[in-house]
Amino acid sequence: MASSVESRSPGGAPEDDRRQGPGAAEVADISPDDLAPAVPRSALVRLAWLLWRALIAIRRDPRWLFLLVLVMMVIAAVFAPLIAPHDPLLYHPRSVARPPSTTYWLGTDSSGRDVLSRVIFGAQISLSVGLLSVVLGGIIGAILGMVAGYVGGWVDRVIGIFVDVLLAFPSLILALALAATLGASLGGVVITIPLGFTTLRFPVNTVNLVIALAVVRIPIYTRLARAQTLQVRSLDYVMAARALGTRTGNLLRRHVLPNIQSALLVQVTISISFAILDESVLSFLGLGAPPPTPEWGSMISEAQPFLINGDPWMMLGPVLALVLTVLSLNLFGDALRDKLDPRSADRGVRIR
Amino acid sequence: MVAHIIRRLLFLVPVSLLVSFITFMLIHLIPGDPARVLLGEDSTPEALAALRQQLGLDRPLYEQYVRWLNQAVHGNLGESIQLHQPVLQAIIQRLPVTVELGVAALLFSLVLAVPLGVAAATHRGSRLDWLLNVSSLLGTTIPAFVLGLLLILVFAVLVRVFPPGGYVSFSEDPLGNLRDLILPMIALGSGSVAVNFRQMRASMLDVLDQDYIRTARAKGLSALRVNYSHALPNALLPLITLVGLQAGAILAGAVVVETIFLWPGVGQLAVTSILSKDYPVVQGVVLLSALSYMLVNLLVDLSYTFVDPRISHGK
Repeated sequence: MASSVESRSPGGAPEDDRRQGPGAAEVADISPDDLAPAVPRSALVRLAWLLWRALIAIRRDPRWLFLLVLVMMVIAAVFAPLIAPHDPLLYHPRSVARPPSTTYWLGTDSSGRDVLSRVIFGAQISLSVGLLSVVLGGIIGAILGMVAGYVGGWVDRVIGIFVDVLLAFPSLILALALAATLGASLGGVVITIPLGFTTLRFPVNTVNLVIALAVVRIPIYTRLARAQTLQVRSLDYVMAARALGTRTGNLLRRHVLPNIQSALLVQVTISISFAILDESVLSFLGLGAPPPTPEWGSMISEAQPFLINGDPWMMLGPVLALVLTVLSLNLFGDALRDKLDPRSADRGVRIR
Repeated sequence: MVAHIIRRLLFLVPVSLLVSFITFMLIHLIPGDPARVLLGEDSTPEALAALRQQLGLDRPLYEQYVRWLNQAVHGNLGESIQLHQPVLQAIIQRLPVTVELGVAALLFSLVLAVPLGVAAATHRGSRLDWLLNVSSLLGTTIPAFVLGLLLILVFAVLVRVFPPGGYVSFSEDPLGNLRDLILPMIALGSGSVAVNFRQMRASMLDVLDQDYIRTARAKGLSALRVNYSHALPNALLPLITLVGLQAGAILAGAVVVETIFLWPGVGQLAVTSILSKDYPVVQGVVLLSALSYMLVNLLVDLSYTFVDPRISHGK
């Protein structure tokens, strides 16, 4: 990258013997990354260019396609009020538990509400709880891990015991217990955030879900960040920064974090899929947002008696949404890992 | 070796103490007055005061903890509010159901994952390998409760081979017990099949690359002999750790699977006690599941030494 920039600058003689002149160097050295800044700035052209590059990436590795699925999920969640064909909370007493039809594409639920609209609104809760809990747990875990790895000594040991204690609990059991005790007195309150084009409804219990699911994510990030920090710690430039008297906080943020963030990022995509699964389990068991709120897990739970009576339609929507989201996150996470962290590729095992 | 075991056991002491403290604190996470939450909003002040005293809520926190811990160590985990029986008794009553389900699911996953992993590794890149990899991806993607419901739909509603739920104990009706076990076992075990398969395939590929396998092949041993009696034992080692880690996942999965298939196990007890705000039971389940999970992982770690004599702790 640096050498190709150098060869393009007027008068700058290329140092490498292989190159005959600036022109030849350009042909030999250009990678798609180098072309990006040369693209005209017009928005439309840029968009077309981005799409073109996305197509190339997908041709090389079809797993990137699942990033598009995720982007569509996020768009569905954010613009739910504009996209959903019906009101997700509105009862239609005369069309209860209908199979899919032209009016209700995924059928209606036990109260005659449109399943498709509820699935679309359900994405708001699932995706935001998944993302927020992982970000919260990831930040806490990464900070603990970096401090443990960098400072070492008794600090490392104390943090190690803390992680061991958290790991001693089976994660879902701990999340269940936390969600249950935190949620005991906060039923029914809903925070609404008007955004102009859309409104986000955020029941207060989901905050409990976020906290509960964040706590169980902390250990993996602590361990990961600690192991990575240990590798980076003794590198020359970190020693140099330390010798210059950089404060520990600054040093960790500016010199250690950039080196370990790709491993953390890969773990984030994997964790989000686990967090979304756990969230759906908690809401399936009745610990999620209070009843009228559309949520995939609780929709599946509501549909269960109908399934046993031989009427599986009601479950189709939320099950497909859940499985597709988790599948996309897994595949996209794998593709991202192969790109960012090729060393760990094909180890075959995923850790929560 | 003995020193290593003792060291590991000693390390469990501080961790168990902290685990018990967190479990104890769970009830104090309830915002407001736990006594009011336990008794409900329309409780009389006398009842509240009585319960507070019974729970020791009027004492300082550390005193409450010491008292609670002292009782717990002596096997007294308190009295269930809803079930009108001691917590420990309620858990022990339901334990066999969960153990049966968990062990069956784990065995199911190993019986399936080991041969499939070996097959995929020895036929690397073949259509079989591709098919198995895709299925394992689906296995990790489809959550146990969704798979459980799909199994009910296919095998209990569309084709009526198995009951959609319910439980008969083995001593009452051995055949009925096995019939009830099949669907929950598959629902709970499939996630583990996928994970174990991936591990098995990966470690088998590692082993097959090594020199001694080439030697064995060069000696003219049959493929079956090379794969199963030379490669497999070494490839199995990483699986042991994974099985320990899965004990937690299986326990968590049992919560959902027992709820779907109406199995009266510890998992179902956890859910009903959480939903009915029976906090002493919640505490008991959390504490005991954490302790047993720790113990399982310790046993798994120690079993390494027996399975693989190359690992020694003689420092």
